[in-house]
Amino acid sequence: MPSPRETDPATPAIRFAGVEKRFGDNVVLQGLDFEVARGDRVTLIGPSGSGKTTILRLVMTLEEANDGYIFIDGEPLTHTEVDGERVQLKEHHRNEMRKRIGMVFQQFNLFPNMTVMENLIEAPVHVLGMSKADAIERGRELLDRVGLVGKEDAHPSSLSGGQQQRVAIARALAMDPEILLLDEVTSALDPEIVEDVLAILRDVARTTDITMLIVTHEMQFARDVSNRVMMFDGGRVLEEGDPETIFTSPREERTRAFLSAVLGT
Amino acid sequence: MSGLSWNWQHVWDSLPSLLEGFFTVTLVVTVVSSIIAAVLGLVFAILRRSAPAPIAAAVTFVVNFIRMTPIVVQLLFVYFTLVALDPLTIGIIVFGVHYATYMAEVYRAGIDSVPRGQWEATTALSMSRGRAWRAVIIPQAVRATLPALGNYVISMFKDTPFLIAITIPEMVSNALDYGGDHFRYTEVIVLAGVIFLLASYPTSLLIRRLEQRIAFTT
Repeated sequence: MPSPRETDPATPAIRFAGVEKRFGDNVVLQGLDFEVARGDRVTLIGPSGSGKTTILRLVMTLEEANDGYIFIDGEPLTHTEVDGERVQLKEHHRNEMRKRIGMVFQQFNLFPNMTVMENLIEAPVHVLGMSKADAIERGRELLDRVGLVGKEDAHPSSLSGGQQQRVAIARALAMDPEILLLDEVTSALDPEIVEDVLAILRDVARTTDITMLIVTHEMQFARDVSNRVMMFDGGRVLEEGDPETIFTSPREERTRAFLSAVLGT
Repeated sequence: MSGLSWNWQHVWDSLPSLLEGFFTVTLVVTVVSSIIAAVLGLVFAILRRSAPAPIAAAVTFVVNFIRMTPIVVQLLFVYFTLVALDPLTIGIIVFGVHYATYMAEVYRAGIDSVPRGQWEATTALSMSRGRAWRAVIIPQAVRATLPALGNYVISMFKDTPFLIAITIPEMVSNALDYGGDHFRYTEVIVLAGVIFLLASYPTSLLIRRLEQRIAFTT
């Protein structure tokens, strides 16, 4: 368990301040400001290319912003401002910050050279310094939670896509993250197993207070799990609000058009 | 002299000397140099991928330089410049380093074949770079490259007669000595070839078996 940090509960779990991200000449995010409160479940929606996944990747430090600042629990993530200059923080600091954040990927990204249990205990043992016995015990609990008891010694290649994604969820939870990033976690799955994976995530949302940032095309799931929906377009937040409002009576015409395209109504 | 005739007596008479050359030089150089090449090649590949730019560039230059010059020239160069070392040690080092440069290329391809998502997962789990290399990237990269590495070991094995250039009494030079003493070359050269074949063919089968065994299975 991570030690509780001495932070004002009002401090947002995630804060973007003037974040800009370019890939070459292509500006993906521009002057982006937003906050995610602790325990919030925020779903990012919007057309592809609107920068939703980039936001998750910035929080996970898989990408680096070209400008602006990202704060986790009020602490700068990768860059900070010193005397009006934007200064990169040391790798050690980033490593410490990363430990609070977990991510589940569209393509699972389990380690194929390890068994399921080895995947689950790798980081708890080698990053958090947990004893192997404790990590295995916790691994078993998590496998139980995602309905994969008995698969400890299986290799990922012998599992179905849905099973692999459940292991990936357990692997992320094994690190006890404060923030969980879900990047289109059901997009690579066959339709009939999507619901199994979503059920597990609903259960995680119900039984923990992990802050979640979700990119998904499963609008029903977004509605069930999230308490806030942000509509992105052209690298900016077009509008945001509670799921009910956004899904039933959005303010913006773009949002309405996007939703009717996705929901096929 | 030799002609097309065949005399088994020469086969039996020369066999002990050929086998001695095989076991004391050919095999020793192949095994020790393969280990050096496998380890050093991986070091080269990792340095090129993740060392600071000037170091990576220097390693790339050295690797290409060694790869693009003949091993015989390298053997002779080291033999005549570092006279303090005995020829066998020189042979082992030169073969090891030379083949390390080939294996570095193989490893590089293997490392590049590990999907980006694997690196991203190590970051998402806050793993250190060193741990990511050791526990995730190298095990996957090496599995992908095993057949190619094995083939280079066999190539190296077949290149060992170049050690004649620096006066090492390996199998083929022993065969030539026997031939010179008895004015008969046909049997000894064929025998040397057969011994190479008998050793490399099972080795290639062994490599194939190994490949299948360590493929990702349940």
